[in-house]
Amino acid sequence: MDVKLKQRGGASGVPRAAGTSPPEGGGAAAGPGASAGAPGADRRGGRVRAWGRAVPDAALGVLGVALLAGILEVLPRVGLVSSEYLPPFSDMASALGDMAGEGGFWHAVLDTAKGWGYGLAVSVAAGTVLGLLIGSVDILRKATASTIEFLRPIPSVALVPLAVLVYGTGLESKLLLVVYASFWPVLLQMLHGVQDVDPVARDTAACYRLTAWARLRHVVWPTALPYLMTGVRLAASVALVLAVTAELLIGSPGLGSEIALAQSSNAVPAMYALVIVTGALGVLVNILTRAVEKRVLSWHASARAEAVA
Amino acid sequence: MRILRNGLASLLFLLGLPAVLLALWWWFAARSDNFYYPPLDEILTAFGDTWFSSRIADNILPSLARLAAGYAGAVVIGVALGVVLGSHPRLRALCEPVLEFFRAIPPPVLIPVLMLFSGIGDTMKIIVIVTGSIWPVLLNTTEGVRAIDNVLADTARSYRITGVARLRRLVLPAASPQIVVGMRQALSIALILMVISEMFASSNGVGFAIVQFQRTFAIPEMWSGILLLGLIGLALSLLFQLFESRALRWYHGLRRSQRGEK
Repeated sequence: MDVKLKQRGGASGVPRAAGTSPPEGGGAAAGPGASAGAPGADRRGGRVRAWGRAVPDAALGVLGVALLAGILEVLPRVGLVSSEYLPPFSDMASALGDMAGEGGFWHAVLDTAKGWGYGLAVSVAAGTVLGLLIGSVDILRKATASTIEFLRPIPSVALVPLAVLVYGTGLESKLLLVVYASFWPVLLQMLHGVQDVDPVARDTAACYRLTAWARLRHVVWPTALPYLMTGVRLAASVALVLAVTAELLIGSPGLGSEIALAQSSNAVPAMYALVIVTGALGVLVNILTRAVEKRVLSWHASARAEAVA
Repeated sequence: MRILRNGLASLLFLLGLPAVLLALWWWFAARSDNFYYPPLDEILTAFGDTWFSSRIADNILPSLARLAAGYAGAVVIGVALGVVLGSHPRLRALCEPVLEFFRAIPPPVLIPVLMLFSGIGDTMKIIVIVTGSIWPVLLNTTEGVRAIDNVLADTARSYRITGVARLRRLVLPAASPQIVVGMRQALSIALILMVISEMFASSNGVGFAIVQFQRTFAIPEMWSGILLLGLIGLALSLLFQLFESRALRWYHGLRRSQRGEK
């Protein structure tokens, strides 16, 4: 049943999903969701949806963005919202244009990207190795469970004061926050993944006397990889959030500190422009990680249905 | 006898590593003369003196109240919007890129923006918490509603179960595992945003107190604040586990039986 649905989704659902970008958490349901949604809509739809099918989803998405920009333009112009608080969209766009011509802006983008990239690399490497190790050794898993449960919910921003005192406002304190925050999703997903090894596969591997390395390579790793990719995706957006937060709170150079600067100097359109840039950066990160995930898991799309839980 | 031994073993597993780590911390901190890493007993004394006093009313309770208000708002609005978006494909297509974009904005950068609109009062902080933690709930609800089993949906339609009854008996239960996943992610985001919004501009709250300690170089007190945040986070996640195991008991049972476990 499940398999059939998915094949059907491959025929009708995927081109549809490729046009729009499926939302987050959607790693979970994108496969079965798309396949169950599209034919279902067709079947039930005759009456209501006949008009809609002529317009592709991607066009609707563009329309939505245009609508938002239009609303942002009109609200302050009409005077519903004071333009001191919310400048018209065109002002934001021109502020963005001005900034894009300056080197300082690109330096800030680069600084943010650096904090994100280094931090993510460290936490993915550490999370993968430790996750494999702790997950495969029963005693370690039991012994660390309570500690992990304790450390994980400590909000990383609680470390802000410590980072400032110890490392000042440089890259190190940003990295400390980024690594601390993005390490946990990777580690937890990895632990779940290692746990999820099919009992039959495990017993089979034991029967054939696979070595520890071979078991890791051929049994544990393929099972855990989809979980790991979900963890990486979560970690990537967490890392960006923390990089910007660190800049905003601590004042490490980057987009966050530029926003704080724009706000304190009352450059409202520039501030909005920078907020838009951080959002765009976030979208970029999502697209990037999704593309990586798709490539890495091309053999295993069905397992993604369980990966998020 | 065996029960006793098993209980003892699991207690050892539960407390073993934390005890070792604490002992290490105690040992090293007692010997360090680094100003930033005070001895552990100093931190613990500071913890008692600092937080078990008027600060409960001054700092902890306001923080928790804002957290609760913001989180509740995010869950309610997120589920409501998610159900609407999940059941209307065209509307979803219209909003998807915009939502993707808003979700991708790191929530803390909204603090300066919202400060323009609503000053630095409680409203601002609650709005920050809502706007930051709504996305996991919203998007997971949307996905959950989208993925409702076709057979169930058709059955409900055959029996003309519509409106509120459909929502209560079919849509929400079917989407609830996904919704809970979103709620769990939202909880930690909400806690982080509570702290950040207080660090930014505030006159009370835990985040405010910690920054205050850091600026006045009250290092043991600052550490005690970090510990406190950890404990709050832990308590919240335990509460959430309790809630989840209650709310999704049927689902976990179903999964277990599907996977052939007991």
